[in-house]
This record gives sequence, C-alpha cells and structure tokens, in this order.
Amino acid sequence: MAFLEGHALFRNLYCLLAGNLDNTVACSGRGGLLPVGWEWLAFAITAFAITMVLLNVFLVVTMFYTYMERRLLGRFQGRLGPNRAGPFGLLQPVADAIKLLTKESIVPRGTDLLLHNLPPVIMVATVFVTLAILPFGEDTFVANLNVGVLFFLAITSVNALAIFMAGLSSGNRYAVFSGMRAVAQLISYEVPMVLSVVGVILLAGSLSLVEIVEAQRIPFFLLQPLGLFIFVVAISAEMNRTPFDQLEAESEIVAGFHTEYTGMKFGLFYLAEYAAVLTSAAVIVTLFLDGWNGPWLPSPLWFLIKVFFLAFLFIWVRATLPRLRIDQTMAFAWKFLLPLSLLNIFVTATLVLLLGEETATGVALSTGGLWAMAGINSVVALASVLLFARMVHLRTPVHPIPSMQPSPSEVA
Amino acid sequence: MLGLGIVNGLIVTMKNFFRKPFTISYPEQRVLQHPRFRGEEFTWYEERCTACASCAKFCPLGIIRIVTHPSGETPTEGDSYAIDAFDIDIGRCMFCGLCVEACPYDALFMGSGFEEAKPSRRNLVITVDHLRAADKRPSTWFRPQLEAQGYDPHKGTEVTWRDAGREHFLYHVPQRPEQESSTATEEGKP
Repeated sequence: MAFLEGHALFRNLYCLLAGNLDNTVACSGRGGLLPVGWEWLAFAITAFAITMVLLNVFLVVTMFYTYMERRLLGRFQGRLGPNRAGPFGLLQPVADAIKLLTKESIVPRGTDLLLHNLPPVIMVATVFVTLAILPFGEDTFVANLNVGVLFFLAITSVNALAIFMAGLSSGNRYAVFSGMRAVAQLISYEVPMVLSVVGVILLAGSLSLVEIVEAQRIPFFLLQPLGLFIFVVAISAEMNRTPFDQLEAESEIVAGFHTEYTGMKFGLFYLAEYAAVLTSAAVIVTLFLDGWNGPWLPSPLWFLIKVFFLAFLFIWVRATLPRLRIDQTMAFAWKFLLPLSLLNIFVTATLVLLLGEETATGVALSTGGLWAMAGINSVVALASVLLFARMVHLRTPVHPIPSMQPSPSEVA
Repeated sequence: MLGLGIVNGLIVTMKNFFRKPFTISYPEQRVLQHPRFRGEEFTWYEERCTACASCAKFCPLGIIRIVTHPSGETPTEGDSYAIDAFDIDIGRCMFCGLCVEACPYDALFMGSGFEEAKPSRRNLVITVDHLRAADKRPSTWFRPQLEAQGYDPHKGTEVTWRDAGREHFLYHVPQRPEQESSTATEEGKP
C-alpha cells in the first residue's frame, strides 16, 4: 500500500471503495462500496486512477514542453519558432502527433522485429517509471521508495541498452555507430553521475527522494555546488542533450539510432527524449534545489516552476554550445568529471565528520555547521574546477603525417 | 581560461533571446520591393506597341514569340501590325530585361510582382490575353522617367500608356494633332 501514503485524494478514493477494512489506512466509520474481500479491486481501481492522472498530466506537460523548447530555441537563434498551428502555434505538438500517428511504419528488410520494436517502448517506459518515485509536492507522491535514488540511477541506465538495441537491429551502419557511441558515452557518464549523488546521500542520510527533500534545511545546491555541476553535466549527457548529442549527430550519422524508425515508433523516441528532460530536471530539483519547498505558493506549483526553470537552462545551453567530438566527450567524463566527483565525495565526507554532531540516529549537522560547509564547499568547487581546467587537456595528440619519403632503414 | 568561452557564448545567445526576431512571416508581413525590382508578369501597353518584335530579337533565350499580320491599313499612316500571338515563356526567362531595353517605343516593361507560381510549366507561358489583362504596374527598371514622376509600383495607382513613355509618343494617337498633320501635308505638296 505504499502509494496510499501519498496524496489524500487517492486515500479517500480507496476508502470510498473498500471502507475501513484495511488496517494500514485510517478511514471514516462507514463501510465501502465494494463488499468485504474485494479490497484487491479497490486497490486496482485506485492504482489505475493514479496512473492515468499522472501519465496524462505528464504527457500534457511534455507536449507543452516540446512546444516551449522549439519556440525558445527559435528565439535564441533569432527566429520565431513554430507559430502556424493554432494561436501562437500552441497546437504544434498536436499537429506533430497526428502526423506521426498517421504515417506508415516502415521496417527495413532483414531486421529482427522484436529488437526493432522494443526500444521505443523501453525508452518511454523508463522515463515514465521515474515518475513513480518523485515527490511533486507536499505529501504528493506515488511511492515513497526507500531506495529511490538507486531506482532512478538504475532505470536511467536502461536507456543505453534500448539505444544499442535500436542501433543494432536497424541494419544501418549509422545506427550501429550511434549504438556504439551510446554504449561508450552513457556508461561513462553513469559513473560521475552516481558518484556525485553520493554527496547528497551523505548529507540527507536517506536514499528516498521524499526524505531527501525533507532533509534539505538548506538547499543542497549550496552545500554541493560541485555535485550539482557534475550531476547536471552527466545527466545532460545521459539524455543526449546538445553538447553531448553524438548519438544523434545529424551532421555525422544521419539521425543516429532512430534513422530507420518512422511513424509512431519515431514519435515514441521523440516523446521519450523530451520527457526525459522533464524527469531529469525534476530529479535535479528534488536532489539539489529543495524539491517542492518554497514560500507563498502551493508546493506543486513551486515544483513546476523549478522544473521549468531548469528546462529553460537546458534549452539555453542547447542553443549555445556546439557538439563535442566523441573523444572529447569521453575524455571529459573520465579525466575531468570522475576525479572531481571523487574529490567531492572526499570533501563532503570529511566535512560531515568534522562539523557533524553525534545524535541518536547518526551524524547530523547544525544549521551553523551547514552554512560553514556551504562556504567551504563553494570555495573547493570553484578552486578544483579551475585547477582541473588547467590540468586536463581534451585535445587529442596530433599524429605525424606519414611521409612519402622512404625512411632511412628502408633505403638501407 | 577554460569555461569563460562557454559563459561568453551563453551571454551571446541570451542577447539574441531578447532581440527582435529576424523572421518575416511572409503572407502577413512583407518586405517592400524596390521600385526597380525586376519581377514577373511583364507590363505591356498595346497602344504603344508597333509589333516590331525588337524584344523577340534581343531576347538571349529566344523565349518571346510574336506573330503579326498587317492590320489592313498602311503602317506609314501610323497603324501598327495586328498581333496574333505574343507569348513569353516565363519558365525560361532569366529576367535580364534586355527586351525592355530593346523596346524602342517604351511599350514593354518589367513587372513588379513575384507571386506568379503556377501548377505546371504550360501555364508559365504568358499570352497576349494575359498581357492585356495584367495590372499596369510596371517596374521602373530601365525606365527612370517613371520614378521622376514619383511613381512606385507597390503604391498608388496604375500607370496609363500615355504616362509610361519617355516622351509623348504621338504616332499612335488616333486623332493626330493639327501641327503634325499640317507638316505632313506641306511635305506632300511639292
């Protein structure tokens, strides 16, 4: 009954159907609509209602986000963006959806049908499953999973598998290149991403996203500036945003892994790509930006505001930065982000030990200690980033051009 | 320093974000063409044309086809040939304007329009009827006298054949002025 801890609406729905028979749920004295022994049906109906509400709201928000991304990208590049369908082009996502749904689904000859049809579903499913653990507002979540962070990290790494399946099954060498790049890049960026979350877990003392939000007396982006930086960079590589979009580099490998996908199968990739931005932004908000906390406004609204602020930043960066080469991407992950994330863990753990006070449940920090830690960590973040920027060279060594002249040994 | 370039780039894009977009939404907003813009839809004044076919001769692509027959009266009296066909194959036209330069009577002008898309190549051939029915809004290209009158093809009224020429070209006026007819009779007397 984990999801019933969440919003009161769902609790009330379950109570209305099942009555006060379940011990874990406190209800009013009246009996439920369903007879005794049918609690499983009440459970199923409630779960279905939650899923439908959540998915539909999320899809509408994603539709709006695709419109916003294309519109803002246009403004960043000095053009208008889509403005034909409906007022201000607001119906553009609907037009896109109709177009994609009515298109023929072309399957290349000689493909493995299972491997070809599965990846779009996996991509979308991994994004949607993330919604289960996110706290959208005060007491508004589906499941208070006690390993929420691990769940998120595990789910996002399934993407690499889906992309590799798509690339391999398409029978297109560009798609295969994209799949190889996906395996290299996504797995490389998993490492700094996981390590940068460790600092947050050290401070919050919990893996549950709900409890991490409640543990943020000071927003964690002040305490973990380096962690936030690494996490944002790594997660934007995870979801193939522009500085790291070698998987879909249209100037090199047509459209990468979804070159051979048409119709709604491509639509699902497209949907997953944009929905991933929103869920990633939501996870960043939850881990680093104080989640749904905020003055004056209702908490879900604060959550949305923060998520869309981060989405705006992603769009801004996408409009600005050119694509890196694949070797630069890999070098950045292994030479720059990985040592920095290890340094971040070391500094955070040391500071928690030095500044923390022993309590009954473990080591906790006072508010003064937290502010001291914020100052120290900011200095450490700035200094280490500058230092590493000087030390790390993302340039590849220039190979000598082979000469046409025979070498002395060959002459002899 | 690594990273400073990224910040500079972000500032540049943010400046663009607050700038007015360069896009002009074409059907609603339009860029005003220059009066000397050489557009499609040739403007032709039948009253001025003598069907001398200079335009057809000077066309480097040979896309102007003129078929005439004598109109029954004497050309020396100022009557032109009657025109059977005046076809311009716009689909091959490169808008060099040599036909307009060649016209000795200021009868042919470049047009000022540019929205003449047609569904097939056959429809791109402009015929006499088309030329007669077209708007009389000539481009002022190679015809600076029109600009001197303060005329702009994209504003104001159409230009009649009397105002279009470099000088008042009197041969084609049905009632010729007295002065010219008197000189003609004087020449004929001796």
